[in-house]
Amino acid sequence: MHVLVPGPLRSYTNDAAKVSADGATLAEVVGDLELRYPGIRFRIIDEQGSIRQHIKLFVNGVQARDLSPRLAGNDEVMIVCALTGG
Amino acid sequence: MAQAAKMPARRVSLLLATRKGLWQLHGDPARRSWRVAGPQFLGHIVHHCIADPRDAKTMLAAARTGHLGPTIFRSSDRGRSWHEAKQPPAFTEGSARVVDHTFWLTPGHASEPGVWYGGTSPQGLFRSEDGGATWRGVTGFNEHPQRKAWCGGDQDGTPDGPKLHSILIDPRDARHMYIGMSSGGVFESTDGGADWRPLNRGVKADFLPQPDPEYGHDPHCVRLHPMQPDRLYQQNHCGIYRLDRPAERWEDIGAAMPKSVGPIGLPMVVHPRDPDTVWVFPMDGTSVWPRVSPGGKPAVYRSVNAGKTWQRQATGLPKLQAWLTVKRQAMTADAGAPVGVYFGTTSGEVWASRDEGRTWKCLATHLPEIYSVETM
Repeated sequence: MHVLVPGPLRSYTNDAAKVSADGATLAEVVGDLELRYPGIRFRIIDEQGSIRQHIKLFVNGVQARDLSPRLAGNDEVMIVCALTGG
Repeated sequence: MAQAAKMPARRVSLLLATRKGLWQLHGDPARRSWRVAGPQFLGHIVHHCIADPRDAKTMLAAARTGHLGPTIFRSSDRGRSWHEAKQPPAFTEGSARVVDHTFWLTPGHASEPGVWYGGTSPQGLFRSEDGGATWRGVTGFNEHPQRKAWCGGDQDGTPDGPKLHSILIDPRDARHMYIGMSSGGVFESTDGGADWRPLNRGVKADFLPQPDPEYGHDPHCVRLHPMQPDRLYQQNHCGIYRLDRPAERWEDIGAAMPKSVGPIGLPMVVHPRDPDTVWVFPMDGTSVWPRVSPGGKPAVYRSVNAGKTWQRQATGLPKLQAWLTVKRQAMTADAGAPVGVYFGTTSGEVWASRDEGRTWKCLATHLPEIYSVETM
């Protein structure tokens, strides 16, 4: 499936804004991203398995509150850096 | 105090970790002329960057961004190129604790090349044995049965999170260590971090209900003298203190500061050779704690007699309407003769003295908020 990658994470994806990853759940997709782009998972998921405070994950436009949603092959995952600044 | 030579042993560079990235200042051999280099990691919040004195080429930087989780960057070519740690500091899965940022980095003992320690917010102690590539929690601290009591809750920390800082390694014994925690206090380990005990006797904690608690204090910055490792100094939330081991009771040396200035500040710097000489940068800790230079008149204070008396050192610094704040890692000294002293401000200025604080010169302005200044 496709994963849309925000600017702050593209240092891991060789500047690619859209990458591919596999998995039957959002957790597996994030795990596959880590295999393909080492280091990316810990920047968006903390050590207790929670999505970080200023990161949001959307599956087909619907926000996922955790990594449990099941995914199909043509689903689209979008990683968003939520509002923060100053 | 050794002041015979006129030049530092080598060129000095300053590593400036800021809220928006990493900069460096490179000095000429006389430390008169300085060149700004950078930024690196533009947009990253860099809490600390320090060079490894054991090999003169390794540097570690603790970084995160507003959105992304915390990590460590490593350089093995004095900052020309950087690589991210494979396994940054992180608490054990299932511990319900999450590292917000790594706040403090300390190279390990000279006998343990490749060993580094990291202190995090919230308070955690981490160790790397491969030059910062992978990090593991020091379980003797992170899982100590008293840790929760020592650290308190989130409300007990500094405004941007409670911190473990001032990781000090005894140069005579790699297993003898001290740490400081805001809040928590100073703690000592004599077995390489397997066990810890509070070391706060004599230190005020006037924000706590009991007059002389065993822990719960707020050391802002603790320093150990490299030539006389039994001597410790600390700039605390409630004053300035000195401890000469094996004594257990800190001596209040802030009482000798002028009453109009007070003994409150964040950083503390020791002279590299003279254990009796230290510098502090006082801030306003009255009323609602403005944390700026008292009266808008910034000054460094130096003691040359281990804190018995203090001298104001403000020649060259702004005389009025200068509301500077210097964070706990943002003041340091080089090894020159005479010693160079440096500080960075939250308003993005870097100031230097090449005569042990007698006169000051501004080296850089308009940088982002400066979190730490280290020499290289």
